[in-house]
Amino acid sequence: MSDTNVGHLVAVEGVEMVFKRSAEEIHVLRDLNLHVPKGEFLALMGPSGSGKSTLLNLIGGLDRPTRGTVRIDGEPLDGLSDRKLADWRARHIGFVFQLYNLVPVLTAERNVELPLLLTHLNKAQRQKHVAAALEAVGLSHRTRHYPRTLSGGEQQRVGIARAIVTDPTLLLCDEPTGDLDRKAGDEILDLLQALNREQGKTIIMVTHDPHASARASRTVYLNKGQLATEPIQ
Amino acid sequence: MAGPINWLSQVVSITKFGLLGIPARIGSVAAAVFGIAGVVTVLVGVLSIGAGFRRALEMSGSPRNVVVLRSGAETEMVSGLAREDVNLISETPGLSRGPDGPLSSAELFVIINLPARSTGMDANVPMRGVEKAAFQIRDQFKIESGRALEWGRNEVMVGSGAARQFAGLEVGGKIPVGRFEWPVVGIFSAGGGTAESEIWTDARVLQSAYNRGDSYQSVQAQLESPSEFQSFKDALTTNPRLNVKVVRQSDYYAEQSTSVTKLITTLGFIVALLMAFGAVFGALNTMYTSVSVRKREIATLRALGFGSSAVIVSVMLESLALALFGGLLGGCLAYGAFNGFQTATMNWQSFSQVTFAFRVTPELLIQGIVWAALIGLIGGLFPALRAARVSISAALRDL
Repeated sequence: MSDTNVGHLVAVEGVEMVFKRSAEEIHVLRDLNLHVPKGEFLALMGPSGSGKSTLLNLIGGLDRPTRGTVRIDGEPLDGLSDRKLADWRARHIGFVFQLYNLVPVLTAERNVELPLLLTHLNKAQRQKHVAAALEAVGLSHRTRHYPRTLSGGEQQRVGIARAIVTDPTLLLCDEPTGDLDRKAGDEILDLLQALNREQGKTIIMVTHDPHASARASRTVYLNKGQLATEPIQ
Repeated sequence: MAGPINWLSQVVSITKFGLLGIPARIGSVAAAVFGIAGVVTVLVGVLSIGAGFRRALEMSGSPRNVVVLRSGAETEMVSGLAREDVNLISETPGLSRGPDGPLSSAELFVIINLPARSTGMDANVPMRGVEKAAFQIRDQFKIESGRALEWGRNEVMVGSGAARQFAGLEVGGKIPVGRFEWPVVGIFSAGGGTAESEIWTDARVLQSAYNRGDSYQSVQAQLESPSEFQSFKDALTTNPRLNVKVVRQSDYYAEQSTSVTKLITTLGFIVALLMAFGAVFGALNTMYTSVSVRKREIATLRALGFGSSAVIVSVMLESLALALFGGLLGGCLAYGAFNGFQTATMNWQSFSQVTFAFRVTPELLIQGIVWAALIGLIGGLFPALRAARVSISAALRDL
């Protein structure tokens, strides 16, 4: 699958990802091209080991491709040093993880505040942003709660609030409902859909759940490191 | 975006999360803290022996006082002075004067055997024959119990350290000197100096008991002021009728403390190094555990944009904080257990026992804390590098 239109927020071009294990080379992604326009809610599906999370990590600047280029909003990531890449992630990417990845010793509001510690906002400004983000995910009443006292769905809401608090260019969600029951999962999908529709957030969501991918505006499938528009049986 | 303040706030945040998470891994943290505390306790404890010994000898000497020995003699043990020498020395200008004349005491130094109170085994105890001026020259001399010597009588006064360490040295007790037993008539202190390890008697009585004729081994004298030293020394060493060396009392005792202090310090460092080696592994284990338990948390922070260098510094700061806590604990333990502990050891330069108290000084406590900090930094370095170098995506995949 190839999409050469210009003006896309995400442009993955000719990307290959090879992991070396002893003498063996494992080709996780092969000559992969993907373009995601601004404002799209893209679901990335595929069986385990198909390379979904690897692709998400490349787009998020957590890994570097063996070959090819990843551009976000026109900026190629391969030329950035590790330090600049970290700064870039802080400015442009909001991550939502399957297991929420909250810091257990911090309250909900302090967890949401984390990305803001990397900005020049003062404490009052940070508190304002945190309150807005927690309100957006419907958790204004749980701000002082620690992760262990929150349900899975609530923890994921805190995770989403943390992802959106800096108003990032792109939200990357890795199996955001993978650890939740159907009801809580639906609530999270409602929230992501609302962020996409009402706030115009561009979202790429890795999932293996067709019920979740149905909420996206487009779904692409990965199999053996290559993209397809239809699931491969 | 990433200015120094921003970086500092990253370091503070990651360190804070690490420290707040300590209750969850209290076992390994406690092992490392107590390991480091043990190192500091032993190091400070052993070095406090040297500090106490050095102080006992330093307190024995005053820069205003001089020791005159036969030329070439390093200690009183191997020195010898005749009555004529002693007279010439006491008549040399520059000495303080008391009611009975110049403050100059010709002294005799012998070793007698007495059983130690703790073991019952015989030990070498220094016995010094003195003249009247000896009490004024040692300006911290004070009678603690009993009375002063009566000149010309076979009786002794005992330093308070010797009285504590050796049997039979209480007032009213008797000690064997040659073929006779001499009564103990008083106990004295001398500001913690080596005189407190000694038994004193009239020099002439001791000469007679040991068949020394009219010879002495040293002259202890007090100058009018410390600045008189060089002229006094020159007067004696250029006198063709004398063959003597003159040293300040403070230098003489400082020199006497060197071999024992060096031995104790070297042993202390060797023991502490061996223990520190073990403690470094304890700290490494703790910090590897910390980094391992927080692997996903640290990877998440890095994914959010926290820098690798902030992670390294934070892990090392956490390790340093634990080590400093261990160091403080060890310092307190050492102070409580060792400071002021009274003991005696052999001074190899005089072949006699010196009683002294262990001294846990502020310098030793700082030294202990520095050791603890080094252990913490070494123990934190490799786990910190691992935490910062592990692939973010790999760490995020770990459950």
